[in-house]
Amino acid sequence: MKALVWHGKEDIRCDTVTDPEIQDPRDAIVKVTSCAICGSDLHLFHNFIPGMLPGDIMGHETMGEVVEVGSGVNGKLKKGDRIVVPFTIICGECDQCRRGNFSVCETTNRKRHLADKVFGHTTAGLFGYTHLTGGYPGGQAEYLRVPFANATHIKVPAGIPDEQLLFLSDIFPTGWQAAVQCDIEPTDTVAIWGCGPVGQMAIRSAILLGANQVIAIDCLPERLSMAEAGGATTIDFETESVVERLQELTDGKGPEKCIDCVGMESHVMPSLPDTLLDRAKQMVMAESDRPHVLREMIYVCRPGGIISVAGVYSGLSDMLPMGAFMNKGLTMRTGQTHVNRWTDDLLRRIEEGEIDPSFVITHTVPLSEGPEMYQVFRDKRDSCVKVVLKP
Amino acid sequence: MFHFSNIVRTKGDPKIVEGGPSLKQPADQLARALGWFSIGLGVFELFAPRRVTETLGMEGHETLVRAFGVREILTGIMSLSVEKNAGLWARVGGDGLDAAALLSGLTADNPKKGNIALALLTVGGIAALDYRTAQDTRPQRPPRDARRKLYPRRSGFPKGIESVRTAARQIAALARPNEMKQGDARGVP
Ligand SMILES: [Zn+2]
Ligand SMILES: [Zn+2]
Repeated sequence: MKALVWHGKEDIRCDTVTDPEIQDPRDAIVKVTSCAICGSDLHLFHNFIPGMLPGDIMGHETMGEVVEVGSGVNGKLKKGDRIVVPFTIICGECDQCRRGNFSVCETTNRKRHLADKVFGHTTAGLFGYTHLTGGYPGGQAEYLRVPFANATHIKVPAGIPDEQLLFLSDIFPTGWQAAVQCDIEPTDTVAIWGCGPVGQMAIRSAILLGANQVIAIDCLPERLSMAEAGGATTIDFETESVVERLQELTDGKGPEKCIDCVGMESHVMPSLPDTLLDRAKQMVMAESDRPHVLREMIYVCRPGGIISVAGVYSGLSDMLPMGAFMNKGLTMRTGQTHVNRWTDDLLRRIEEGEIDPSFVITHTVPLSEGPEMYQVFRDKRDSCVKVVLKP
Repeated sequence: MFHFSNIVRTKGDPKIVEGGPSLKQPADQLARALGWFSIGLGVFELFAPRRVTETLGMEGHETLVRAFGVREILTGIMSLSVEKNAGLWARVGGDGLDAAALLSGLTADNPKKGNIALALLTVGGIAALDYRTAQDTRPQRPPRDARRKLYPRRSGFPKGIESVRTAARQIAALARPNEMKQGDARGVP
C-alpha cells in the first residue's frame, strides 16, 4: 500500500510499504477513505519531538471502512462498519479509561518504558506520533491497523460525508475540550491564541458553549477571516499589541479564559525578544519548547481565570512567570484530547446540523501529494488552513 | 542516537518496499554539508586557535579566532536546523568578517602572507557557495503583502451564528436558577 513515511527532518515521502496485518485478536484493519495533516504533524516534520524513526508512517486523523477484524473484537465492530479513528488508542478497561481520561490510558502505549522515564508515567498510545507514544504506524496511508479496536473507534452513520466527520478524530474534540476546560460562563471573554485548525474549532466551541466574547489571535489574514466568520473578534499580533488590544476589549480587566492553540513552535518575532531567545535555545537543544504564548496568557489573564492548553508541548519550557501565575490565582488545564469522552455530544451536534466542521478544509488532494502538502501547510502557502488527503 | 535511546520499530509493522521521491533538493544537501563543515571548523578554531594564528602569521589574535570559532559553530547549527536559510545568510556575513580579519593580517612584513592569500581564496570560494545555497534555500513562505484568499463565509454553523448564540443563551438561562440556588446555599449573593 501507499503511505506517507517519515525519513528525517523535513523529509516525508509517499512510499510503498507492506500492508498492515492483524497482530493481536483485538486488532481491526481499516481501509482509509479520508485522512488529514494536523498542525502537530509539523512538529514531527521539523523533528522537534524526539522519538521518530526513519520508516515510521505519519498521521493521526483518519477514517474509513473496517475490512478485517480480529477474533477478540467481540462484535463491537464488523466488516463494513464505517468508523472514525480517534488519535488516542484506548483500551476502555483500565482505571484511566473508566474515568474517561482516555489520553492517559495506562495500557495502550507499547513503549511505556520510554514514556515512564520521560514523563514519569506513561500516556496512551497515539497513532503516527513517535515511539514515546507507542510508535504505532499512522493513518496517512491506504490501510491502518487499529489496535484495541474494540474500544478505539467511533462508529459513524452513513449519509454524512467524510469531511464532516473526519475531524472527530482529533481537531474538533481538541478544540472542544480546550473550551470545555475553561468552564465558560455567559459573561466570559475567551481569548484564543492561534487560529490554525484547532484554534478555529476552539472558537466555534467557545461560541457553542455560550461565551459572551471570543477574541482570536493570529497573524495570517486567511485564518483571521475564518476566525471572524466563526464569531470571533480578531487581533493580528504582527500589527497590533496583543496585551493592549486585550485590555481594550475587556475594559482593562483581561480575558477570564485563555486558550493556547499554538504550542511549542510559536511565532518568532524580533520585536518579542523572548521568542528569539527561545528559538536560539531550541536550536542548541537547551530548551525544547517555545512558550511565548504561555507567558503572554499568564500575564494578560484576569486574576482567578483559567488557562487551557491545547497546543502541543514536548519537554521543557523556560522562564514561565510562576510569580504572576501563583499570585493571580490562575488555574491551568492541559492534556492531549480525551477524544471518546466528547464523541457522543459532538456527533449529535454534527447530525443535528448545529455545526459542520468541514468549514476548515481548504485543500483536498490525493495521498500521493501529501509530502508537498506538508510544505504548503507549513509555509502557509496558497492560503492553506487544513489539508485532507484521499488515499 | 536511536541505538543509545533503545528505540526500535516493532516487528510486524509495515516495512518500506519501494521508496517514493524525496522532498530534499540538492541545495538542502549542500546546506547540510556546509553546516557540518562550519561546526567542524568552529570546533578547530575554538580549541586550537594557536595552530590557526601560527599558520597565518597572526600570533596574538587567538581570542579573536576563538570568538570566530563560536560564531562558526552557532551558524553551523543554524544551517542544520529548520532555519537553514537564516543560518546560511549568517554564514555569508561571517565569511565577510573572516575576509576582513585576514586582510588585516596581509601586511608587507608578514612572512606567512602566502598562507593568508590562500586562506582568502578559500574563504572567497566558501562565501560563493554559502551565497548560492542561501539563494537556493530561500523559504517559500508567501510575502506578507501577498494576495491571499480570505474565508469570510466559513462560519461552520449551518443554521447561522445568531441561532447558535441564541441557543447558548437559552441554555444558560435555564441553568441559572439552579446556580442561584447553589449560590444561596453557600451564602453568596
Ligand atoms: Zn493532531
Ligand atoms: Zn485504558
